[in-house]
Amino acid sequence: MSRIKLNDLDPSFKDRVARQPGGEGIRACYGCKACTAACPIETVDKRYDPRKIIRMALLGMQKEVLESDFIWLCSSCYGCQEVCPQNVKFTEVMFAIKNIAVQEACVPAGLTGQRNLLKERGRLYEVGDFENEKREKIGLPRIKEHPEDYDALL
Amino acid sequence: MTGGISEQAGWKACPTKTAPAHGTLNTYPLGELSPDNPRVIVYRSFFSALLNKAPALPKGPLQTERNLMEALLFLGCTVPVRNLNYEVAARLTAQKLGITLRDHEAFGCCGFPVKSLNARDTLVIAARNLALADKEGIEICVLCNACMGTLAEAAHTLDHNPELKADVNKRLETVGLKYEGPVRVRHYMRLLWEEVGHEAIRAAVTRPLSDVVLAPHYGCHYLKPSELTVGFDSPDVPRTLSELITVTGAQVLEYATMKDCCGGGVLGMSEEVANALARVKLEELSRSNAHAMVLVCPFCNVMYEGQQKKIAKAAGADIKVPVVYYPQILGLALGMSSEELGFKLNRIKPADLLKIVES
Repeated sequence: MSRIKLNDLDPSFKDRVARQPGGEGIRACYGCKACTAACPIETVDKRYDPRKIIRMALLGMQKEVLESDFIWLCSSCYGCQEVCPQNVKFTEVMFAIKNIAVQEACVPAGLTGQRNLLKERGRLYEVGDFENEKREKIGLPRIKEHPEDYDALL
Repeated sequence: MTGGISEQAGWKACPTKTAPAHGTLNTYPLGELSPDNPRVIVYRSFFSALLNKAPALPKGPLQTERNLMEALLFLGCTVPVRNLNYEVAARLTAQKLGITLRDHEAFGCCGFPVKSLNARDTLVIAARNLALADKEGIEICVLCNACMGTLAEAAHTLDHNPELKADVNKRLETVGLKYEGPVRVRHYMRLLWEEVGHEAIRAAVTRPLSDVVLAPHYGCHYLKPSELTVGFDSPDVPRTLSELITVTGAQVLEYATMKDCCGGGVLGMSEEVANALARVKLEELSRSNAHAMVLVCPFCNVMYEGQQKKIAKAAGADIKVPVVYYPQILGLALGMSSEELGFKLNRIKPADLLKIVES
């Protein structure tokens, strides 16, 4: 890893994370690494290391964190949250960091697609005539899509 | 201190176990003290030695005319399109056991998919669904772990944060809705455990699944965050799904990777990482003597059933693990046929299991 110049870092980044809904717990972290030990993603992909991500955020490595692809690898299993001795609620912190990345326009294409689907249908998967026929055949009630609220709220 | 609990309580007889068996009385509230409340029946049977009365467990199937409770069925996005077998089995078993599941026409997505984009949006979408249930005054029953986590967490957050609730309601106002709360959200498994009770289910079983070995997969959002599952189950020592499988007569497989995450949460971001997670469990179960893996979440199904072929190919291994939903095997034990329980839609056929049960 290349040298990090502290002067280039942004110490207010952690405050930004703490202000984001869900990110409040980041200040309490003292780097015990219980989260990393509990993380199932870290065992298969070493790039996704919860403790490392928090350290980077606390140091102010805003660019490296927000532009990375590894922050999107959290599976939201809550394993880290269960073992954290400081109640950091890291799963929620990860969502907060991802939300900030979205605000800075660093978002994988697939996700915005899902948001559009919700606005369009109020669901991820279409329930059209074909799907309703399949449902009726097996004795299930038909479903009508109600996207109006989703379109207004999102 | 001699005598122990029995002497202190002044009881005349003392059962050999002074603590209630794992999973019985202390874990759920009693409810109304009427003689046909299944939990009163359990109390009576458990303390029958003390009360010197014969246990009042009903023989044969539970009466289904009596309505235990009512809930609004929240299907979410995936179940009603991709997991009709789960939905059918849940509806049939609920009906048999006295749970009335009503539909709400306007329910949609719980909001979970957009949490990475904007967690507040997810809260508002979840609150919108909760507000719909609030208007009906009935609690919500979910089939998907992710919907469970999202809706229950939203209810919990809003119920404990009046300021945040006011903010969210301001947004809901634009669509003519309001969340007053509290609205209760429970997974179907939780209804079975808390409202019907596993002893009552055992009494209702007419075709015990003896000689069937099943591997329970709880999934992450069934057990965590633990604040939402206090009094129900524990992420460290999970037991409700295992015990609910046991009362069907099947044997529960204890296996090393039971608490593993399915990887469903990252499938959209990286198929490779997600498959690597699911692979570990599939490999262990493929080598075990389990006839099938039991799921309670459609996300987990996408990984373990939907991706199984791809994972097997990538691993270069012969992995074959049939995947079933809990209500399907519950239905079999309650005497229903595999046909009506949607087994035709299970993509990795649990042929051996059905041979044992239906021959």
